[in-house]
Amino acid sequence: MAEALLELRNLRKNYGALVVTDDVSLSVEPGELHAIIGPNGAGKTTLIHQISGMLPSNSGQVLFAGEDITHLAMPRRVERGLARSFQITSILPGFSALENVALAVQARSGSSFRFLGNASQEKDLNGTALECLGEVGLGARAHIPAGLLSYGEKRQLELAIGLATAPKLLLLDEPLAGTGHDESQRVVETLRRLKNRLTIVLIEHDMEAVFSLADRVSVLVYGRVIATDTPERIRANPEVRAAYLGDEEMV
Amino acid sequence: MTEIAETHSAPAPSLTTRLEIVPLVLFTAFAAAPLLAAYSGAEGYVLSLLTRVMIFGIAAMALDLILGYGALVSFGHAAFLGLGGYAVGILASHGFEDALIQVPVALLASAAFAFVTGAISLRTKGVYFIMITLAFGQMLYFLATSLAPYGGDDGMTLASRSLVAGTDWLENDFTFYWVCLLCLFGVYALSRSIAASRFGRVLRGTRENAIRMEAIGFRPFRFQLAAYVISGMMAGLAGCLLANQAEFVSPSFMTWQRSGELIFMVVLGGLGSLHGAIIGAAAFLLLEEFLPEILHTLSFFLSEETRSHLAENWKMVFGPLLILIVLFVRGGIMGLLRRPHHG
Ligand SMILES: Nc1ncnc2c1ncn2[C@@H]1O[C@H](COP(=O)(O)OP(=O)(O)OP(=O)(O)O)[C@@H](O)[C@H]1O
Ligand SMILES: [Mg+2]
Repeated sequence: MAEALLELRNLRKNYGALVVTDDVSLSVEPGELHAIIGPNGAGKTTLIHQISGMLPSNSGQVLFAGEDITHLAMPRRVERGLARSFQITSILPGFSALENVALAVQARSGSSFRFLGNASQEKDLNGTALECLGEVGLGARAHIPAGLLSYGEKRQLELAIGLATAPKLLLLDEPLAGTGHDESQRVVETLRRLKNRLTIVLIEHDMEAVFSLADRVSVLVYGRVIATDTPERIRANPEVRAAYLGDEEMV
Repeated sequence: MTEIAETHSAPAPSLTTRLEIVPLVLFTAFAAAPLLAAYSGAEGYVLSLLTRVMIFGIAAMALDLILGYGALVSFGHAAFLGLGGYAVGILASHGFEDALIQVPVALLASAAFAFVTGAISLRTKGVYFIMITLAFGQMLYFLATSLAPYGGDDGMTLASRSLVAGTDWLENDFTFYWVCLLCLFGVYALSRSIAASRFGRVLRGTRENAIRMEAIGFRPFRFQLAAYVISGMMAGLAGCLLANQAEFVSPSFMTWQRSGELIFMVVLGGLGSLHGAIIGAAAFLLLEEFLPEILHTLSFFLSEETRSHLAENWKMVFGPLLILIVLFVRGGIMGLLRRPHHG
């Protein structure tokens, strides 16, 4: 087996007495799409925060491409190729969709301590940014201020921003939440395409999407990983069926 | 795809041209003013008032760079005026009277002070940032009042304006005016460039959403600190000019009220446009100067006694007036200038 791209070792997080991440160990192989599912409040978002470096862990380790990144700040992790999207849309509302993405490209291409020259006219940055927007189907909306995009479009923009950081691993926190049917189809198609190019950790409540996309699925309940397996075996797992509240949801 | 990239690079002409009119008119007015001043009969007064306007315009613009573009509310920016002023005053009292020495020292001192205090202040957010910058400003103020060899509370009078490469050019009020205008324009051009640059874009992005900026790999602190240092240096330059304009430096350069006035000028003019800050500074200083007379004229229907009372206590009108402008003219004076075009 190839070395894991992302490895979590006995990761813990608690808020006072409330244990939100409880001894989570998990490994994500290069190239796979690894879904993490679990009921509301299971601690999925918290786990993404810990992996991305937004929240410190109480104990345990995060290894990325063999390197211990447990104590690195978020921007440092992004530099190493670990990007994320947010469950609660986090964009720059006053910037155009293009500039939102171009800034992410800028972060990866040369120094940003440049005081001369108009950044919004840099062809290299805009070109790459447009490719990323095209990838998620927002090419035609490039010049709309991000704050004016529809909710679904903002979710797609999140994805484009993540892509623009040229990640090795993309952590996606419910990219489908709140999108309409057509939009969600489009995002699923986008993810299916991306999956050949990069490694993805996908948190999602939409079981249909999860089972059609994922190579492996981990089930998180009350902060614990109760199972990690292929979609078929997860679906058949009685423990998962019992623990995961929406029994009938599991198709 | 490249097509779209290129259409974007040619910005909508109507938008840019109509907004560029404002700075164009502004700088033309400043350039024409000395010629008109000659006819006014009160040449010296007009020149010195407008020179002050330009100097505070520089300081307000410096603040706008971090306040308008970075949402960093520094309540201690007058400290840099003081640093610039005292650099001139102290050096002059030791025989270093040339601006070619004074200004670099002032800029270095401002940069150093901004670097140290910024590195500490920027670890905090929101109201804490305001309080801590205020505290640093006050610290410098009290330091100045305790500088007995340099006049302490009373400040110190300069024997003359700074020399420039050994010549006393600046003694001429016209020359000094043009030097201030040149500085104003230089700072404006530099700030405009910074705002549009990669660096400025990171600063603007951080203002909107710092977490998002970290999540795409930026460390906002470094950019904010650099902006704070640049802004401090610009305000320090304004301090050098102010000392020369007044031929006097004192701790009053850096009171917290002065810092508050700078914030007011920026908000009054409209945040985040740079020339707005200059307009704000002009509006503030001119109102302060002429409000007593304006009040006296406007109250022609009252008894002479009430009229002079009103003119004497003009500040009671000044305060509420500023508050009303800020409350009802969203986006400051620049917002007002922009509005009719949108309708
Ligand atoms: N800052 C906090 N302080 C205290 N408790 C918190 C905090 N943040 C999250 N929690 C708790 O941690 C638990 C896990 O939250 P988290 O957002 O990670 O769940 P989730 O699996 O992402 O849920 P959802 O499916 O609704 O997005 C919840 O019980 C939540 O109330
Ligand atoms: Mg969540």
